[in-house]
Formats: sequence, C-alpha cells, structure tokens
Amino acid sequence: MRLESGNAPDIAYVPQPGLIERIANDFPDQITEVGEQAQSNIDEYYNEAWRGYGTVDDTLYGAPLGANAKSFVWYSPAAFEENGYEIPETWDDLMALSDQIVSDHPDVKPWCAGIESGGATGWPATDWVEDVMLRTAGPEAYDQWVEHEIPFDDPQVVEAVDTVGEILRNPDYVNGGLGEVQSIATTPFGEAGLPILDGSCYLHRQASFYQANWPEDVTVAEDGDVFAFFLPGQSAEDRPVLGAGEFTVALADRPEVAALQAYLTSPEWSNEKAKVSGPGWVSANSELDPANLESPIDQLAYELLTDEDATFRFDASDLMPAAVGAGTFWTEMTDWIASGKDTQEALSAIESSWPAE
Amino acid sequence: MDYLLGADSSTQKLVVMVVAILLFVGVMALVLFVAELPKMPRWATVVFFLGPALLLIAFGLVYPAINTVLSSFKSPNLQEWVGTDNYVEVFTNPSMRRVLLNTLLWVLLVPTVSTAIGLVYAVLVDRTRFEKLAKTLVFLPMAISMVGASIIWKFVYDFKPASRPQTGLANQFLVWLGLDTQQFLLNWPWNTLFLIAVMVWIQAGFAMTVLSASIKAIPDDIIEAAKLDGASNFRMFRSVTVPSIRPALVVVLTTVAMATLKVFDIVYSMTGGNFGTSIVANEFYIQTFRTAQRGVGATLAVLLFVMVVPIVVYNVRQMKLSEEQR
Repeated sequence: MRLESGNAPDIAYVPQPGLIERIANDFPDQITEVGEQAQSNIDEYYNEAWRGYGTVDDTLYGAPLGANAKSFVWYSPAAFEENGYEIPETWDDLMALSDQIVSDHPDVKPWCAGIESGGATGWPATDWVEDVMLRTAGPEAYDQWVEHEIPFDDPQVVEAVDTVGEILRNPDYVNGGLGEVQSIATTPFGEAGLPILDGSCYLHRQASFYQANWPEDVTVAEDGDVFAFFLPGQSAEDRPVLGAGEFTVALADRPEVAALQAYLTSPEWSNEKAKVSGPGWVSANSELDPANLESPIDQLAYELLTDEDATFRFDASDLMPAAVGAGTFWTEMTDWIASGKDTQEALSAIESSWPAE
Repeated sequence: MDYLLGADSSTQKLVVMVVAILLFVGVMALVLFVAELPKMPRWATVVFFLGPALLLIAFGLVYPAINTVLSSFKSPNLQEWVGTDNYVEVFTNPSMRRVLLNTLLWVLLVPTVSTAIGLVYAVLVDRTRFEKLAKTLVFLPMAISMVGASIIWKFVYDFKPASRPQTGLANQFLVWLGLDTQQFLLNWPWNTLFLIAVMVWIQAGFAMTVLSASIKAIPDDIIEAAKLDGASNFRMFRSVTVPSIRPALVVVLTTVAMATLKVFDIVYSMTGGNFGTSIVANEFYIQTFRTAQRGVGATLAVLLFVMVVPIVVYNVRQMKLSEEQR
C-alpha cells in the first residue's frame, strides 16, 4: 500500500512470495536485489527451497526471515494414552485411527475444524488441500499446480480435495463439539481446536502457530495437555512439509539497507530473536540453536523445517496470484464446505478466475 | 528552512505548528484585506473567495473521481486498457450479480423499514410520560460505531450446537423455547436479512429523532381542528401527521439510503462478505486491496457512485422545495 502511494519504506517484511513477484513487476525501479553478504548467508544456512521462493525471474529479491510449519495434527496426549491410541505413521493409519475413534466413542466426532477468519475466511481449508495435495499428488505436481502448468481443476487436484472431503465433509468425522459439517465454515479458526480439551474432539489439523490459541493454563508439550504430531504421508518415509514464512525485501539501494538485510539472515539474529520472542517464533535458519526455542512445538517445527529428508513446500495460496490465492481459492473452499458445492464445480470456478498471463 | 522541514523533536514540531498557524492567519488576513479593498474589481473578489474551495474540490474530489472512472476501463494493475471488460465481468459473473442483488435488497429494505419503525415509534411515544427515556434507548445504537455494533451482533448470532452452552443470545432464546439452534449467518438470503437487521437497528434511532422533531413542529391549530372534526387516531396519523412531515420523511429516507449504499463495516466485520452476503462497498474493498483486481474495484466504485447520485439529487431537490414552501 505504501508503495502504491509512492511512500515506500527502505525494507519491507513480506509474508507472501506472490507479493514479492507483484512488487517486482509493478515497481521494478525500487525493488533491490538481495546483497552479497545476505546471499551467501542464505546459501549457507537455508534449505535451497527458500532461495527459490524469494526469487523472481532468476533474481533473488526476498531474504527469508521467520517461518512456520503447517503439517501438524493437534491432539491430547492424555486422551491418546487413556484409549491406547498410537500416533499414526501413514495416511491410512490416520484414517484407521479416525474410524477407531468413531467406533469407540459414538457420542463424539474424531475431528474438529474451523475456517472462519473474518475477511480471510477459508484459508485453513486451503491449507488442508495443500497439505493433502503434497501427499496424494506429490511435490512435482504441487509445483506445477502452483505455477499453473496444470489447470486448477486437474484430476490430481480433484483427488486431493475429495480426500480432504473424506474428513471435512464426512458427518461421521466432523465437527467434534462444534456442530454439523456446515459449522466448520462459521467456527473461528482460533476456537476450532479447543474441543480437544474437553474430549469432544480428538484431532485438529493446524499449523505450529496454533499454540498461541490455547488457553493460558494449557501446557503445550509431548507430556502436557495438548501437543501435535506430523500429518503423516502416504508412507512413513514420505515426509512432505507444508510451511510458510516472511521475507525481507529491500526497496532502497543503500549499503546500510543491504547490511540490515544481511544481519536478518544471520544465525546470530535468529538466535537472539528466538530468545526474546518466546513461543511462536521459528526460523528455518539451520544454525538456529533449538535450545533457544522455548516451546516444544517450536522445536518440533524447527526439526521439520530443517530436516534433510523432509520435502519442504511453501503454502500454495501465498504463491498464487492474489485473485486466486487470497480470493477464489478461499471463497470457493468456504462454499465447498458451507453449501456442499461439488468439488469439480468449485475447482473449475477457481480455474476460470486465474488471471490471464 | 531545514530546521522547520526536518522536525524531529517535540519542541521542533511545536514550533512548526505555531509557524503553520501564523502562516494560515497571515494568508487569511491578506485574502480578506485584499478582497475588501474598495477598488477591487468584482471578479477578483469572486476569485479570492471561491478559488481555494474550488481548488480543493478539484484535487480532492474531481481528480480522484475522473481517475477512478478511467481505472474502471483498465487491467487489474491499471497498466493496460481493457475496454468494458470489467463492466461485463461485474454484470455477468454469478457471484458479482449476487453482490448487486444484495445491494438492492439493502437499499430497498433498510430505509423503508428503519423509517417505518422510527415513525411509528415517534408517534407512539409522543407526549407520553416516558418519552425521553424511550427515545434515548432507541437513539443509543447511533452512538455506537458500526464495527462495534457488528461485533455485538456477531455475538448475538453466534452458533453452538444445541447440546452445548450457548454464547449467542439469539440461539439461547431458541434453546429456551426447546428449538434447535440455527446458523443465522450461513444461508442466503436469510443471512443478508439478518445483517440488514443490524443496520435497521442503528438507523431507526436516527429516523425516530428527526421525525419526532418534525411531529412536534406540526401547528397545534391543525391538530385541534382535526380533533374537533372527530378524526380517529388512525385518521389523524394518516391525514394530518404524515402529510405534515412529508419533507422530513423524504430527507430521512434518502439519507438512510445513502448511508446504506456506502455501508461496509457491517458486512466486513460480520461475514467478511462470505456465504453470499457481500455488497458493492465491501466487494470494492476486496477486489481492490485483497485480490489486487484494481480495475474491477474501480468499476464497483463507479457503480456505487452512479447509484448514489440520483438519491443525492432527489434529496437536494426536496430540500429546496421544502425551503421554498416556507
């Protein structure tokens, strides 16, 4: 906004790679390539995927800052122990566990979800689809989908959305403690996991940052009141991680701006920031010392983000053009849940809203 | 000069403020002095008095308006001309048509319902013992910000399954009556009607206050003459009260209609425009700032302008008419 009004800051924190591309296209004179020092920091301390997400047309404009991992399922360790439930290792285990909960506890539902978020309603549903897309179609298809090399209503995407529907539109599985399937659309995402606390729901898929939404007297730890496990892949070896993060973009070509940007990519800064920020802040900097992360879920998220065997992919809705990623993808998924819209129909509507090249 | 332009500390800023005020007083004094000079030609006086206002209108209103109209014929990032594509999009896309239909519902229902409620209420409490208290109660919502009112009502409509403790007042009533809880904001067209209820709740107080004042201004001799002729209460209302306050009714109707067309806060904070509740002002915001479709956004702004203009014109003409009558 400040760019459009001609009053740009020297350095901007940008939460979406899609926005970096928009700035690069609309304000080519102001956006400045990441400086040498920062470039070498990024190569040294970050997974190469991050460089790709900060790059527009072979030029690196965005330097990674914070990060979060989204492929988590929240649960109550106590409830799992009581019922003898194991943390599922594969997608099939997860579905078997859901069925197990249905038959053990006919009065409650295994899953709870909520996608209401004011003007951004729908984003938790798009995260679901992205996470499942990574699992059912794989990272290559995911990249093609993001780049619009395959259409938005490609059969692989339909399959992913229908797989999500097996949980989110299954009246036997949702919506623990919150109502019918439709109530997912009107439940604020921040409240959606809370039924886990009173046992009216067992599983809630949400990012690591959901730790901030638990009441103050709830302990987030593996042996505490709530914790999260990795949303399993098709097999135990298949470990795709959906995540997101912020980037810094320099909008002024001055040495002190480049120096600041470089400092923000350094391990020193990440460690200091982790110490002062407390729970909820993670970066993907490989030299970040996990001991500086106060909360166990942050440590788990950090492990996933820097895991060599895990395949990291950035939140697709942040990469797609805003008309889709912050527009029809949200609204059509909301309709898909609220009014039971047909999967193919919803995806075709999104496809037709993709801006012409 | 640097000292004034690069003010950093509080003292510097205070000095800048004093200098600016002195400058303003000086310029105004000069303008007034020059304009009052006995030998000034008439045109110069006109320029001195009208010029500043015209300049401000040109830069603050006319220029942005023309710019918006031009933008409505351009691509999302305003770089290329696309002809009437944006208009075709707004009038053919099903979800956009829903937006237009909702806006029509709002602009038809809010002014009529809130004026009707305000009028009936004003007549009923007129000259009763509790008049002041009763009027204050209805007027109170006017004092709350739109966003505040929306958040209050969002809680009122809040949904929880009937088996669990309720947070929403409306659903709590349903539970007390032994009924199932309802999703008030989910299903069209009911959700739009429940949002409209919020705006009526806010605007009825305004209608009531203005109408009540003009009811009190009806000359006593007319009322007494009607009573002597044996008019019933209903006859009094229909043939004396309503015709006497007709100008005020028109002003209230049109003012509320204009406020309704521009309403954004209620939809934005209660549903975010989801579930088919979006209206033009909200959609304009979403298209321009969230999905970066600035061309379509400008088109919606132009439509909003086109819809408001006839109401404004009518409003102004009515005001002139009623002034001439006096």
